[in-house]
Amino acid sequence: MITKKMLLYFPQCATESPIVYHLVKDYDLMINIFRARVTPDEEGFLLLDVSGSEENILKGSDYLRSLKIQINETVKGVSWDRDKCVQCGSCVPHCPTEALTMPDRTIMELKFNSNECVECLSCIKVCPFGALSSIF
Amino acid sequence: MKTIDQINEKISSGKALVLTAEEVIDYVDKKGLEKAAKEVDVVTTATFGPMCSSGCFLNFGHSKPKMRITEAWLDDVSAYSGIAAVDLFLGATQLRANDPANLEYPGDFRFGGGHVMEKLVKGEEIQLFALSYGTDEYPRKELRTRFTIDDLNQAMMVNPRNCYQNYNVAINTSDKAIHTYLGYLKPHMKNCGYSSAGQLSPLLNDPYFRTIGIGTRIWLAGAQGHVYSEGTQHAPTCERGHLGVPSEGAGTLALTGDMKKMLPEFVRGVSLKGYGISLSLGVGIPIPILDEQMLLQTTIRDRDIKAQVIDYSTDYPERNGRVLGSVSYEELRSGSIDLNGTKVEAGGLSSYAGAVKIANILKEEIRSGQFLLTSPIAPLPAEQSMKAMKETT
Repeated sequence: MITKKMLLYFPQCATESPIVYHLVKDYDLMINIFRARVTPDEEGFLLLDVSGSEENILKGSDYLRSLKIQINETVKGVSWDRDKCVQCGSCVPHCPTEALTMPDRTIMELKFNSNECVECLSCIKVCPFGALSSIF
Repeated sequence: MKTIDQINEKISSGKALVLTAEEVIDYVDKKGLEKAAKEVDVVTTATFGPMCSSGCFLNFGHSKPKMRITEAWLDDVSAYSGIAAVDLFLGATQLRANDPANLEYPGDFRFGGGHVMEKLVKGEEIQLFALSYGTDEYPRKELRTRFTIDDLNQAMMVNPRNCYQNYNVAINTSDKAIHTYLGYLKPHMKNCGYSSAGQLSPLLNDPYFRTIGIGTRIWLAGAQGHVYSEGTQHAPTCERGHLGVPSEGAGTLALTGDMKKMLPEFVRGVSLKGYGISLSLGVGIPIPILDEQMLLQTTIRDRDIKAQVIDYSTDYPERNGRVLGSVSYEELRSGSIDLNGTKVEAGGLSSYAGAVKIANILKEEIRSGQFLLTSPIAPLPAEQSMKAMKETT
């Protein structure tokens, strides 16, 4: 079994299909939703972890694409702008999953491991430099 | 014993040994104080953290017809114009007009004076909107124009208070979260906020202001500026620890420098949620190693610098003077502190990595002969306390 983090983008479509139901029921996938914004007649986003066999994930992805949903496995909902970041580290105590860390405390440089990010958005609220942002 | 003139001669001939305030610790450990004092000429210190009490004077030159500006906004941020016809003072903490501030608590405070200063240094275009009542020789009453820093005659950063010698560690003992200038503080002392470069910080390496004084040449966000005065709230009469390093606020410096020569990386607007706008500014100050005692001062290390933990939910706003405990910068930098047996996560607002970078840039500028040291023209006050406000009934 593998797990993939996906960002689904709905370009004003498909918001009426119960896609999570179909992914679970038809493709035997486990879904862990981090964040969603799906509003009828507007574009929408859904950020989730999909776990299952590679084959089923591929089939489930084809199903989503058939509804004109765009799947992005590289773009993350939360991004860190290295140039805006001054490496103060004030975000670190507010990150519950250690996606934001200062692994080497002698040099005190910030690292963002987006694989660990659960999109709680705590860091966005506390960063004084606007270095962390969300695409939705 | 060395004099500043002798050190400058070594700098000019490219023979000066310059170390950062971090590097000097190991160097003295290895070589011993006596030997190291003969070798080391300069130790560079630095800090890069939010510091209110910053601002800038700008001169625009005259419009045609001329105007005696009485009210002005830069990108909708009010700038003080009660100085002269086309001189303005922009304060770092001034919030953009029509920002809801904390009406929708906690406010985001996305844009203000600090951000306009950042845009200026970046060379970005800014809008000036100005009003006046009009006079015979200055008839114009309204003006809207766009400019960059290159269009100004002068852009002088003038910061009445920077480089706080040491500072509080803020914590929240209450049962609801609070937003402060030291960051977002969770209830029940779950985290704490601090802001100092610790062992790299200028005034912690010269705690009695032996070499840093009025007139000292400094590295101010890349420009060569200087200390023009003691800073506001300069209060060196305080509790001191190892090597005489203060364990509370203590000394401050008033700094000035030419913004046209600054680097945008080190002039950064700050938005503190629920609190307001500020400015993070990179400052580097060289310390001439005149003798063994001066070198000893620069070997101060984070574990020996203490800061006071203050409750920002009650004691700080109420000015109770209560201190919950004392922690070292070594602990703070580790990411968590032990406060009377409880583990508390720690996050800083001052960039240590940024301070290291500045200390190294200044080191290279000195080594390459671009940056010479100065003797102060007057010392900073060594004994002085901070008064509380007089409030009439």
